[in-house]
Amino acid sequence: MSCDDKVDCGRRRLLVATATVGGVAGVAAAIPFVSTFAPSERAKSAGAAVEADISKLAPGQMMTVEWRGKPVWIIHRSKEMLDSLVKLDDKMADPKSARLMQPGYAKNEFRSIKPEYMVAIGICTHLGCSPTEKFKTGAESGIADDWQGGFFCPCHGSIFDLAGRVYKNMPAPDNLEVPPHVYLSDAKILIGEDKKGA
Amino acid sequence: MGAANTDKYKSDGTAAGGLLEWVDARFPLLSLWNDHLAKYYAPKNFNFWYYFGSLAMLVLGLQIITGIFLTMHYKPDASLNASGIPAAFASVEYIMRDVPWGWLIRYMHSTGASLFFVIIYLHMFRGMLYGSYRKPRELIWIFGMLIYLCLMAEAFLGYLLPWGQLSYWGAQVIVNMFTAIPVIGPDFALMLRGDYVVSDATLNRFFALHVIAIPLALIGLVAAHIMALHEVGSNNPDGIEIKKKKGPDGIPLDGIPFHPYYSVKDLVGVVVFLMVFAVIIFFMPEAGGFFLEYNNFFPADPLVTPPHIAPLWYFSPYYSILRANTVNFFWIDAKLWGVIFMGLGTVIFAFLPWLDRSPVKSIRYRGPLFKGALVIFVACFLILGVLGTLPATPGLTVIAQVCSILYFAFFLLMPIYTSLDKCKAEPERVTGK
Repeated sequence: MSCDDKVDCGRRRLLVATATVGGVAGVAAAIPFVSTFAPSERAKSAGAAVEADISKLAPGQMMTVEWRGKPVWIIHRSKEMLDSLVKLDDKMADPKSARLMQPGYAKNEFRSIKPEYMVAIGICTHLGCSPTEKFKTGAESGIADDWQGGFFCPCHGSIFDLAGRVYKNMPAPDNLEVPPHVYLSDAKILIGEDKKGA
Repeated sequence: MGAANTDKYKSDGTAAGGLLEWVDARFPLLSLWNDHLAKYYAPKNFNFWYYFGSLAMLVLGLQIITGIFLTMHYKPDASLNASGIPAAFASVEYIMRDVPWGWLIRYMHSTGASLFFVIIYLHMFRGMLYGSYRKPRELIWIFGMLIYLCLMAEAFLGYLLPWGQLSYWGAQVIVNMFTAIPVIGPDFALMLRGDYVVSDATLNRFFALHVIAIPLALIGLVAAHIMALHEVGSNNPDGIEIKKKKGPDGIPLDGIPFHPYYSVKDLVGVVVFLMVFAVIIFFMPEAGGFFLEYNNFFPADPLVTPPHIAPLWYFSPYYSILRANTVNFFWIDAKLWGVIFMGLGTVIFAFLPWLDRSPVKSIRYRGPLFKGALVIFVACFLILGVLGTLPATPGLTVIAQVCSILYFAFFLLMPIYTSLDKCKAEPERVTGK
């Protein structure tokens, strides 16, 4: 800032200092307002774990439970379904589940604790739609003649196999997320927590 | 502005005249009236395309009035009522069925939203036809683009409020687009939702933004748009400056006072518009699923996505551009490219004043290159719009990709083809009677 004889430099400096302090105060005052956009304490605490009873889930069937407002699928995979997964490895974007989309205990061939029960969050990793189940195999599925069963996202056409692994060259970049979960007994799964009674 | 040039009102001795003199001495009533209406000189050769500015203001007014009445009965509440229906969804049903004439007000609001976009798209096209964005009207155009962006935000926010299936999943998809932004994306989407999923918190803040924040911004921007317009004066179908030829009284020779000449002309447009508006409201308020989508008559279900989700028609060209990005290139994946090009597609209009290098403004005196480019652009915009409402198939995706490339080529190649174009000479004075 230039300072010639016509300007009272002392007053000009005071003016600049006042404006600066005022500006800082203004920005500081914006912080609480912006902060209100963040999830509230209630929203943060709403993530309580939910129990699912899988005793009546027959092989080849799936059920949906709600956890943190999202659909969580539990799929009882039959022997044939599990066999098909192994053959699909080279069609998958991330066949070995290298990326962190599951807890450590589900990082295996079938992306599950027990091979026959798949637990996954039914939200497409592209833009968050919930894919539709397409368990019928082959041309009948309307997807492909060699379709082995899986899921189809109606929004942008991503397809997933029965372990929630995304096929190559799909809009969705990642496999479906596996939530933390634990078996309370053979018939009960707790979704949202890893440890019994935690 | 001309406040200093207008003499203050002098009473003619009547009581009304005395009151007017009293007010005008304390508030610039007469100078505002003269600057913006009675002594605002607009070119005398306006045609059909010049109806849409005033119609857009009319629809903005209608949306605000119908919106105020809707908020008196609507509840932004996602919790389930005693019958297991979300309260927000139930309150819209209540407006439709139980509030006296509520259906009319709600249909006016939903139809008004779609017609607002019809009018704005025609208004923007007028600007492109006659070069209304060219110097000295760049700021008018930029204010206009900001109005367009606010309008899109307003439409998107309002679409969540009925809390139907498409409201919910549309918001889910759009909010999740922001997660594609590197580093800050996921947190930004979280702040937008106020929750880990689209929920009651999201509904409440969208309601606040829809009924207060964005409308206030819109009104301010419309005021700025009109003040900038009245500062430099209106363009016209010949694209020449009427202020270059003034009479001895300082009034442009080809200018006529906005009031009464254009206020009366615009009234004709208002009447015709209201007829179309009424026909839609009374006989086809859903417009075959284009103004109100059938899947939105189901309450939001966070566990099930409808089999086909599509945006409303006024977003579908951009939705097509989003979906047309299927290839990862450089180090950026297709998801982010889609969001980048979609965003770019909406704001690229703002650069038109600097992309256009033609010596003439109006399509009447432009050469074949610009005319051809504009035809291709409009065709691509319409094709993308149609494709956006259809499920994506590999064949349609290729068409969308070609149209997206041509869409951007229209803008990016404009400096080249407008400077090569063979233009005709502009006339000295505006043409027509």
